[in-house]
Amino acid sequence: MARTTKRADVYVFKPVNVGRIILWSLYALILIVVPLIFDSSLSQTLLSQMGIAIIVCLSYNMLLGQGGMLSFGHAVYSGMGAFLAIHTLNRVTDGLALPVSLIPVLGGLASAAVAVVLGWVTTKKAATPFAMITLGVGELVWAMALMFPEFFGGEGGVSGNRVAGSKVFGLTYGPQIQLYYLIAVYTFICTALMYAFTRTPLGRMLNAVRDNPERVEFVGYNTQVVRYIAFVIAAFFAGISGGLAALNFEIVTSEVVSGYRSGAYLLFTFLGGATFFFGPILGGILMVLAFVLLSEFTKAWLLYLGLIFLLMVVYAPGGVASLIMMNLRLAMFGFLRKLWVSYLALFATALVALCGAAAMVEMVYHLQLNLALGPELVFMGASLNAKGLNSWFGAAFVMFTGLGLFELCRRQFVRDWGDIQEDIEKEIKRREAAL
Amino acid sequence: MTQTVHPYALELKDLRKRFGKTDIIRGIDMAVRPGERVGIIGPNGAGKSTLFNLISGRFEPSSGEILLNGYRVDGKKSFEINRMGLSRSFQITNIFPRLSVFENLRCGVLWSLGYKYTFLKFLLDLDDANDRAETLMEMVRLDKKRDTLAMNLTYAEQRALEIGITIAGGANVILLDEPTAGMSKSETSRFIRLIKEVTVGKTLLTVEHDMGVVFGLADKIAVVVYGELLAFDTPDAVRADARVQEAYLGSVVAQAQAEAGH
Repeated sequence: MARTTKRADVYVFKPVNVGRIILWSLYALILIVVPLIFDSSLSQTLLSQMGIAIIVCLSYNMLLGQGGMLSFGHAVYSGMGAFLAIHTLNRVTDGLALPVSLIPVLGGLASAAVAVVLGWVTTKKAATPFAMITLGVGELVWAMALMFPEFFGGEGGVSGNRVAGSKVFGLTYGPQIQLYYLIAVYTFICTALMYAFTRTPLGRMLNAVRDNPERVEFVGYNTQVVRYIAFVIAAFFAGISGGLAALNFEIVTSEVVSGYRSGAYLLFTFLGGATFFFGPILGGILMVLAFVLLSEFTKAWLLYLGLIFLLMVVYAPGGVASLIMMNLRLAMFGFLRKLWVSYLALFATALVALCGAAAMVEMVYHLQLNLALGPELVFMGASLNAKGLNSWFGAAFVMFTGLGLFELCRRQFVRDWGDIQEDIEKEIKRREAAL
Repeated sequence: MTQTVHPYALELKDLRKRFGKTDIIRGIDMAVRPGERVGIIGPNGAGKSTLFNLISGRFEPSSGEILLNGYRVDGKKSFEINRMGLSRSFQITNIFPRLSVFENLRCGVLWSLGYKYTFLKFLLDLDDANDRAETLMEMVRLDKKRDTLAMNLTYAEQRALEIGITIAGGANVILLDEPTAGMSKSETSRFIRLIKEVTVGKTLLTVEHDMGVVFGLADKIAVVVYGELLAFDTPDAVRADARVQEAYLGSVVAQAQAEAGH
C-alpha cells in the first residue's frame, strides 16, 4: 500500500516539463517572427513552402520513423488532398459558403477517406511487401491521374483563385504574408497534434509494431489494425499539407501524386532524421531549400542531392537530427569545445574536396548542355576550360588533396570522438554512483 | 467477473500438424488443470516448439482441437488467443529493442486494461497502466533499468523482460519456451525462482532442456517424442516410466553419468 502511494505521488507531482514548454514556445515564436526578419517576397514564398513541407514530412515520418513503414506512395495522399482542395476552392469561387482557411482540413479529410479505402490493402503486410504495395498503389493513382482529366486536369492541371468566398476577419489570403500565417498556424497545430499522437497508446504500439510486430500479436494487438489507423492518420495530415499547397500555388497538376514526389518525401524525411520527432521538420526545410535554391544555383543539383543522400545513409543514418542530438549530448557534458577544432578542420577539408569534385561535375554538365557557348565556364570565380587538360588536372588535384586531408582529419576525429564517448560513459557511471 | 471455472485450463484433442508431407505433431491429447505446472520435455526436433506455436496461434493446426478454458481457439489468430487469456514467451528473445524497459512492459499491459487502439488519451494519464508497468518492473527486478533501452540490457535482463512482457497482460495460461536458454547455472537457478514467483496461481507450461529446471519447476511432466505424447504424469511417475527412460531420459541420464565420469 505504501508503495502505491509513493507511486501516485510521483505521478501527481510530476513537475511541468519546463524544457518542453520552452521548446514549443520557441517553435511558435520562430514561425511568427521569421517572415518579419526575412521579408522579401522570395523568402515569404520559401517560408510558406517550408511550412507545407514540414507537415508532409512529419506525416511521412509517422509511417517511416514511428511505424517502420517504408512508403513509396505518400504523395498519393498529399496529392489527393491537394486536388480535392483546389476543386473545393473553385466551388467556393462559385458561391459555396466555406471559409478558404478551412479548405485544407477538407483536403485532409479527403485524403483520410482515400486512405480508409486504399490503406487496408496497403497495410495488410509490413516491411518489404508493404513498400511494394505502396509503390503499386502510387503507380495506380498516377496512371489514373492521366486517365481522368476531368478530375486531375490533364496536362495543364487544375487552377483556382484563393481570393474567394467570405472574408473572415477581413483576411483575403491574397497577399502571400496572409497565406504564410495561415500556413504557420496549420504547421504549429499539426506539429503539436502529431507530437501528441506519439504519446498515446496507439502511438506507442505503433513503435512496438515497428520494433517487433510478432511480439505485438502476442500482447493482444492486431498489427494490421495498428498500421492501418496510423496510415489513415498520416494520410490526414498529408492531405492538410496538400490542401495548403493548393492554396499556396493556386494550381494543382498531376505531378503532385507522382512517385517522384513520394521519393522526395522519403529522401528528405530521412535526411532530416527519422529517429527523432523533430527530424522531419529539418527535412522539410531542407527540401524547400534544395528544390528552390539549390536548383537555381546549379543544373547538377539532383546529382549533389543524390551524393548527399548516399553519404548520409552510409555515415549518418539518423539524419541531421541525430547529428544534432549527438553533439548536444557532448555539449551537455561539456566536451563540445574539445572538438570544435576538429570540426573546423573536417569542414574546411571537405569544402576543398567538394570544390574540386564540383568543378568537375560542372565541367561535365557544361560539356553536355552548354557546349554551344564554348568550352569556357566560370565556377566560383575561377574560369575553367571544360576541354582543357589543365582545368581537369587542377580540379582533380584540388579534390584529391581535399580528400586526403579530410581522411587524416577524420581519423583523428574518430579517435577523439571515441575517447570522449568513453569519458562520458565514465562520467555517467560516476554520477550514478554519487546518487 | 464470475465465470464458471472449466475443469481444464488447456485441452488438446488429437492435435496434428504436418508441414508438406512431414508429420510434426502426430495426434496429441492432453488436458491441463487450472494452476498446474507442466514441464514439456523431449529430444530435439520432437515438436515441442511446434506444439507451443500451435497452442499460441502462430501456426494453424492441420486437424484436432485446442480448448482454452473450455473455448475452442484452434484456427484463431495469436492476438485473439492472447485476449482470451493465454500468453507466451519465446526461445529467442522477443522484445521491443528500441523501447525502454518501462515502455516494453507498458505495451504488454495496454490491451488487457482495455485501451485498445485509442489515440485520444495520453499514456501519461493512464494511471492503472503506469502502475501496473511499475509493479511488473519490480517483479522482474528491472526497476533500476527503467529507462534503459531494451537492446542495451544484458542477456539475462532481456530474458527477465521477456517474462515480464509475457505476464504483463494478466493471462492465466502461460507458455514459456526454454526460458533459461543460454543462461549460466547461477543465473538459471535465480531465474527459476523468479519465474515461480511471478506465475503463482497461473497455469504454466514450460519447454525446457535442463532436467534440473524441469523437475524443479513442474508438478507434471509431459514427454513428447516424434510428435507424440509418450507420457504425461507426475515427475516421479515419469522418471519411473520404462518407455520414457528408453526413449529419452535414459540417454540423458547416461549422458549425465558419462559427463560425471570425466
